Amino acid sequence: MTESLSRPVAVVSWASFETPSEPARNEVEMLLPVISEALGNVGLTQQDIGFTVSGSSDYLQGFPFAFVGALDAVGAWPPIRESHVEMDGAFALYEAVEVLRHGIVGVDTALVYAFARPSRGELDRTLSLQLDPYAVAPLWPDARGLAGLQAQAMRDSGRYPDVPDVPPTVVADGAVAVVLAVGDRARELTPTPAWIRGIDHRIEAPALGARDLTSSSSTRTAAANAGASGADSAWLHVLYPHQEHLLREALGLNGQQVDCAAGPMMAGGLARFAAAAAGIASGQSRRAVVHATSGPCLQQNLVALLEGDAA
Amino acid sequence: MIPDVLVADHAIEYTYTRSTGPVIGAFLTGLRDKQIRGIRGVDGRVLVPPAEYDPVTSADLTELGDVADVGVVKTWSWNETPLAGQPLDRPFAWALIQLDGADTGMLAAVDAGSPAGMRTGLRVKAQWADERVGSIRDLVCFVPEGDA
Repeated sequence: MTESLSRPVAVVSWASFETPSEPARNEVEMLLPVISEALGNVGLTQQDIGFTVSGSSDYLQGFPFAFVGALDAVGAWPPIRESHVEMDGAFALYEAVEVLRHGIVGVDTALVYAFARPSRGELDRTLSLQLDPYAVAPLWPDARGLAGLQAQAMRDSGRYPDVPDVPPTVVADGAVAVVLAVGDRARELTPTPAWIRGIDHRIEAPALGARDLTSSSSTRTAAANAGASGADSAWLHVLYPHQEHLLREALGLNGQQVDCAAGPMMAGGLARFAAAAAGIASGQSRRAVVHATSGPCLQQNLVALLEGDAA
Repeated sequence: MIPDVLVADHAIEYTYTRSTGPVIGAFLTGLRDKQIRGIRGVDGRVLVPPAEYDPVTSADLTELGDVADVGVVKTWSWNETPLAGQPLDRPFAWALIQLDGADTGMLAAVDAGSPAGMRTGLRVKAQWADERVGSIRDLVCFVPEGDA
């Protein structure tokens, strides 16, 4: 049953945990306090949540359907309406926004969570498993090396004055939880909802050599579709420093102050949403661009526009 | 007293058999015969490795063709500490190599000795494995054309 095809959706609560290496607690043990905090901040329990969705990568845990085990963090009973994306939690948030917008009766809140412990493995090698399985992945190209191809292409283009060296891939463990709510329900839960005015996700070709690595066309398209312009602040998901230059160009943020972070793989993008919502709740920002990326060399990009009520 | 500790292997494996199809299959079969194949995209570009679908329009692609095993470095990065499984166990460059007859770069290792031996625009030539099985690893790496 459908109430309406499009309803306003806001970020109403969030919590996160990040550490360079979490040697003791498993993914569920990392998630439990983070989810409890995000729900508790707005007086909710899991039973109040209409839709639950997570983002993570089974490759990081090392066995198929590992994400199912993480459901222990929200409880196995009673049954819930639930989904998962094998991507950063920001892309799971997109699914939650669509579900909430579609107006399913009884679904006016959503819990989005993401988690990863890449410190347990060799992240640069693990990420190569997301690449073309015939022509690329068998070479085990490290993520840092692929990022280096993009940085060098930017230098060779002559369009970027100072392209920074590519540092080692960020390895961090952590978990993030974000609570979304619709319309009046959001206003009941918090005096400072961060309204998601627009959101879009675009993907470039998987073949690195078929792309223009010196420009982020998918970010540009996603930003246009999300209406992400005229913002007073930006929270960007930047895995390597040179990518900030590409994102600034694609988002029209040249010269503007932006907040860049990588965060834990699979959770860092969702953490950008949490940080932007915090910026809006504190009054620091009224209209914010949020960005999340996935894949090699900014292959996939998600852009959203968040606004406070005062905007 | 310390009880016996269970030790068990945990092998991560892909237990399915897949056909590689008419495009990827033709590419891999070509490699076995020291022949690199590309495919023409909707915009006329020759894509190497060949793609089953156009990278821009997603249209089905069918026009396969041969390209050379020599080409030019379009961009590169130096890998000082190779990881397990990578093409070479000594420092090498990752590069996108545009083979003669192709319009896109293919990812490969370049055995260039040191970063000083690498530059965008460098001409390189494929080094083939002696025993080839129809895998991207039949192409061991590339070397600067003068060294071949």
